[in-house]
Amino acid sequence: MEKEKKKDLIFSLAVIAFVFVAVVVLENILPRTSMLFTVLKKGSIYALVAVSMNLLNGFTGLFSLGQAGFMLLGAYTYAVFTIPVSQRAAVYQYFDGGIIQFSLPVFVAIILAGLVAAFFAYLIGLPVLKLKSDYLAIATLGFAEIIRALFQWDKLGGLTNGSNLLRRFPVFKSSVFPLAVSGICIAVIVMLINSTYGRAFKAIRDDEVAAEAMGINLAHHKRMAFTISSFFAGISGALLAMFQTTVQAAQFKSAMTYEILLIVVIGGIGSVSGSVISSFLFIACSEWWLRFLDNADTYIGAFHVPLLRPGFRKVVFSVVIMAIVLLYQRGIMGDSEISVAGIRKKLAARKAAAAEKKVSK
Amino acid sequence: MGFFQTNLPYLLAGISTGGQYALIAIGYTMVYGILRLINFAHGDVFMCAALMVIYSSSYLPLYISIPIAIVATGLLGFAIERVAYKPLRTAPRMSAMISAIGMSYLIQNLALYVTGGLTKYYPPVPFISDSIEIFGAMTKRVTVITPFVTLFLIIVLVSIIKYTKIGIAMRAVSRDFETAQLMGVKINSVISATFVIGSLLAAIGSSLFFSNYTGVTPTVGGMPGLKAFVAAVFGGIGSIPGAVIGAFIIGICENLIKGMGLTTFSDAFTFVLLIVVLMFMPTGLFGEKATDKV
Repeated sequence: MEKEKKKDLIFSLAVIAFVFVAVVVLENILPRTSMLFTVLKKGSIYALVAVSMNLLNGFTGLFSLGQAGFMLLGAYTYAVFTIPVSQRAAVYQYFDGGIIQFSLPVFVAIILAGLVAAFFAYLIGLPVLKLKSDYLAIATLGFAEIIRALFQWDKLGGLTNGSNLLRRFPVFKSSVFPLAVSGICIAVIVMLINSTYGRAFKAIRDDEVAAEAMGINLAHHKRMAFTISSFFAGISGALLAMFQTTVQAAQFKSAMTYEILLIVVIGGIGSVSGSVISSFLFIACSEWWLRFLDNADTYIGAFHVPLLRPGFRKVVFSVVIMAIVLLYQRGIMGDSEISVAGIRKKLAARKAAAAEKKVSK
Repeated sequence: MGFFQTNLPYLLAGISTGGQYALIAIGYTMVYGILRLINFAHGDVFMCAALMVIYSSSYLPLYISIPIAIVATGLLGFAIERVAYKPLRTAPRMSAMISAIGMSYLIQNLALYVTGGLTKYYPPVPFISDSIEIFGAMTKRVTVITPFVTLFLIIVLVSIIKYTKIGIAMRAVSRDFETAQLMGVKINSVISATFVIGSLLAAIGSSLFFSNYTGVTPTVGGMPGLKAFVAAVFGGIGSIPGAVIGAFIIGICENLIKGMGLTTFSDAFTFVLLIVVLMFMPTGLFGEKATDKV
């Protein structure tokens, strides 16, 4: 058994290494502007935030809609602390160069982004986590909106630049960077889910009263899940800032949280691999594959295809999402996972079945 | 007197937005009372009603196009319930809420497609949109009319709920879904009626709201929708008078905050209120105490 585990681990690492090599090779072959890289970058950022939301909604049973708020905190923390000192006067032109006159290394700032989001989540969690189901959802949504308003307040302009853009902070060029950071974070979340804490979270999801009777401290574990989830939402916010090269509070609306929620639902509530797959699919569909629907001058032969014009892509896309939500409620993966061990077991079972068939013949 | 003079326009605006929120909030509170569902698409229904008036008014005179749009909005509410919520009636509560979010996403994208992403402007309604002067403050006539329209509609609604058969059925269903069903209440028609009434009121609210704030974009329904929901929670979810009072309080406070020059926080205030209410009196002003059974 131990040997097989080791084999699986080596095989998984090989797959991951192969993906990274493939991305590096593709980046050198394809033009930089290829949509593939946009999908890889944005997809990996959304994958991280979707998995972090799944940790709450799917594994702990806490229905929170505060993700956009925590991403905002992360994005701003990263941006504020990494704008080079020489650029600050230009960025904070209406606020005398801002009040912070130093900048941190990129990695420190990314981790700080997570920590700030986690800290606010801890504070918000103290009162809010006592609420149940849809009240929790609407209260967290409310907090995200409050945070957004606070960051646009011109009295805090020295820190947040008011409602103006933050820009000129260091960004990534290669899609390897967001893939690697998201990959590491998702791996940490998976390890957490498989630990005793993860089992406690699942117990709370399945039955709060029973979980409490088994000696699980409800308040403590809920707060922990909420804080950890926000930590990773903050990191993905920082990555999003780097992807966009600018940050503005007005963009982190509740619509963003809804999109992430829909990604989680499409992937399957309670499946990490489902969330990851559906993030890439979601971004690929909305940014790339369905683009042709927006082209008004589409002809099949001499036939002018009707209805196609800018915006049609999103209509088709949301109809598909509604169909999944209504007819295919378990999503792509349900609550199962793709893993090397799982595939091996399936193959072994198939082999055994085939062998049995032979014998019976 | 000086204080009164400077704040009067905001107070008037507050009373009128309050009335408009009240008309939306009733839809939320009735649906939540019966289905225990936050109907996230309700704000978008409100937006659709405005778009319908805008598009139909380019072919028809306003006194025909507004009633048509109101009826069409009622049908839209009915259709949304049949398509998005009815199939999920036995599913976990969260599935219905996700479906509501999906529906809201769909309606917004449809509106974006139809309008081509341009802001559409609500046609000026004669008489209602005219400017008038009250105590030296300039405002539109709609500001003064709204509270009366709202009060009138609420009296009608409350009498429907109190005295008609469908109203009694609604109260029975919101008290106990399953028992009402066992007593022979036709649950589907009651739920449909709830959605139709809610949407009709939202449509009327929308023609009042957009006579005042004329720009219509696909996402314009989101904020008034959320605020109306907060009003419903504040008043005690399921209670119609509660929702109305909550809506007026939110409308007035929000506009007074704008008057103090803190426009950024006028939206945030609503959510602060929501959180305070949820923390300290989760059943709201007039809500019934609910106990959780194991």
